[in-house]
Amino acid sequence: MNTLTIAWKSIRQRRLASLLTALSVALGVTLMISVLVINGVIDRMFNQTASGYDLIVGPKGSALQLVLNTVFRVGAPIENLPYRYYTELKKDPRVEEAIPFAIGDVTQTGGFPIVGTIPRYFALEYVPGRHFRINADGKFLPGTWDSVIGSAVAKQNNWKMGDEFSLIHGSAESGHVHDEKFKIVGILAPTGTPNDRTVFVNLRGFYQVSGHEKPLEEAIRREAAFFGETVDEEKLKTLAKENAAHDHHDHAGHDHAGHDHDVPDAQKEVTAILVQMKGDRLRGFTTIKFQSELKEGNQAQAVNPIQQISWLMTNIVGNIRTMLIVLTSLIIIVSGVSIFVSIYNSMSDRKREIAIMRALGAGRTTVFAIILSESVLLCLGGGILGIILGHGLVFIAAPIIEARSGLLINPFAFSSVELILLPVLVVLASLVGFIPAMTAYRTDVASTLSD
Amino acid sequence: MSLLLENVKKSYREPNGSTLPILDIERFEVKEREQVVLIGESGSGKSTLLNVISGITAADSGKVTIAGTEIASMAEVVRDRFRAERIGFVFQTFNLLPAFSALENVLLGMSFSRKKPNRDRAKELLALVGLEHRLHHHPKQMSVGEQQRVAVARALANQPKLLLADEPTANVDLANQETILHLLRDACAQNQISMLLVTHSQEVAKQFDRVETLSDFNKVHAKV
Repeated sequence: MNTLTIAWKSIRQRRLASLLTALSVALGVTLMISVLVINGVIDRMFNQTASGYDLIVGPKGSALQLVLNTVFRVGAPIENLPYRYYTELKKDPRVEEAIPFAIGDVTQTGGFPIVGTIPRYFALEYVPGRHFRINADGKFLPGTWDSVIGSAVAKQNNWKMGDEFSLIHGSAESGHVHDEKFKIVGILAPTGTPNDRTVFVNLRGFYQVSGHEKPLEEAIRREAAFFGETVDEEKLKTLAKENAAHDHHDHAGHDHAGHDHDVPDAQKEVTAILVQMKGDRLRGFTTIKFQSELKEGNQAQAVNPIQQISWLMTNIVGNIRTMLIVLTSLIIIVSGVSIFVSIYNSMSDRKREIAIMRALGAGRTTVFAIILSESVLLCLGGGILGIILGHGLVFIAAPIIEARSGLLINPFAFSSVELILLPVLVVLASLVGFIPAMTAYRTDVASTLSD
Repeated sequence: MSLLLENVKKSYREPNGSTLPILDIERFEVKEREQVVLIGESGSGKSTLLNVISGITAADSGKVTIAGTEIASMAEVVRDRFRAERIGFVFQTFNLLPAFSALENVLLGMSFSRKKPNRDRAKELLALVGLEHRLHHHPKQMSVGEQQRVAVARALANQPKLLLADEPTANVDLANQETILHLLRDACAQNQISMLLVTHSQEVAKQFDRVETLSDFNKVHAKV
């Protein structure tokens, strides 16, 4: 009968206390595993989502807001940029690719954000080395009233190919439903990014939705102000007359199939432009220079999304993560203390057992090892149970989280930190078991047996 | 000889700092295969003597030789191992571990020696004490007589050279007293084990050829 067997017997003798003690460790470890796995997912989501482009160009304002709105589709856009700004930026010889984004509305069902963009967006990598995949007969927004939806949207709204849907102007609270309907022509494969919870519509169609184009006169004046130009009042009057003669604004009830009217560029705006720079070796340098030029130009800002995400990770998400890890670590330490209390309290009852073992020839180090083994077995048992429960929890929660947030969680996700979890538990068990083990070590055999 | 005490002295320090002598034995001997009863009044130092012989308590001075090995000068860890392998101990209160079955209690007795615990031998020993049908019962499921028989089997587990029995029949009924005494005496005789049995009982003492009174050879007359 070895030390571990003797320790195990003792644990079994105090079944309830042992079980409760191990469960408290298990609970701490379960939480720790959940935090680690979900942290890994958030980490990946934040750090890999903006990988297909170098810069986000948007109106002056909060850089973080621009990134959150453009990449994560959270919050309202800062303001808009004239469409002409996009067309001019596209011509810049240093720019490889410029993708316009018009974000604003949400779907009537489910309240998913609508992004008006061009098909080339789907050629960008959504995480390093990964391109968007679409269902077999799906297409990336070929027609004006076409839409491509994210996997979570399809799942939650139970939308299929060919289904049509309406947009709510602005946010879901506004309640104003646009008359125009978009048709689903593609469903994206899950990406584990905010794209899963996004509805992409053809930018041309987005502009043709009633109310999306600015009134011509206002649009021209705004554009001129943006570029610092003077408005030609005569030309403006002529254009206004022409526009009034061909008023397209009463769209209510009519079918848009085959009804495609282009909106003048002056009336279009974009909320952001995703920019991919040319070159390999000097790309970083070109990007910084480009960014600084825009800053000096005082019209727009170019934001490096990685920098903003990194700031967000370090200052907000990182702190929350650290806080959660500290909290779960504290829970594990408290569990360790409960192991100490449980074993230490049992020592007065067990002094006689220890004295008997010593009388039978067990050395002081042997009884020390038996008590320490008890602590380690309880901690490890609780730890292993916690790992199983933690992964079980992740396994059960993964589809629920995916349905609610679009976050793809691998149910079998494993964090490398888990590898050190069990050794850490052994150290913790050794620490909390040390004092009871010393009590066993110092047991006075003769006086204990004579009591 | 199996046990020889020479000039063994043992005293305890009292809380007020004074020293209380317990044992002062010039010479005491138990020969090989001899079965000796030691009687003495309560507090006369019988248990201390057994503790000194078994090495649980170190003597202040003198020599304790068991089967030719002097143990008083041994390091504690060596003495513990020697006790596990060479000395069997039967206690008045049986001292079985409640979490362990009868078989496991006997195996536990084997666990602290250098030999690997032998399950078959443990079963044989329990059969020897008439408990082959109680192998997997725990102490609380057994009568006091049965518990003491398990304790006897455990004491014999490592084929000791010397068996120390501290009032082994004090807590059992008359019928079991006889059984346990016979078991101890027969087992020691068959396995060539010397036995030193401490008792209050004249009934028990008169069954032995050699009966010693502690006060006859312990020069400490102070009654504790």
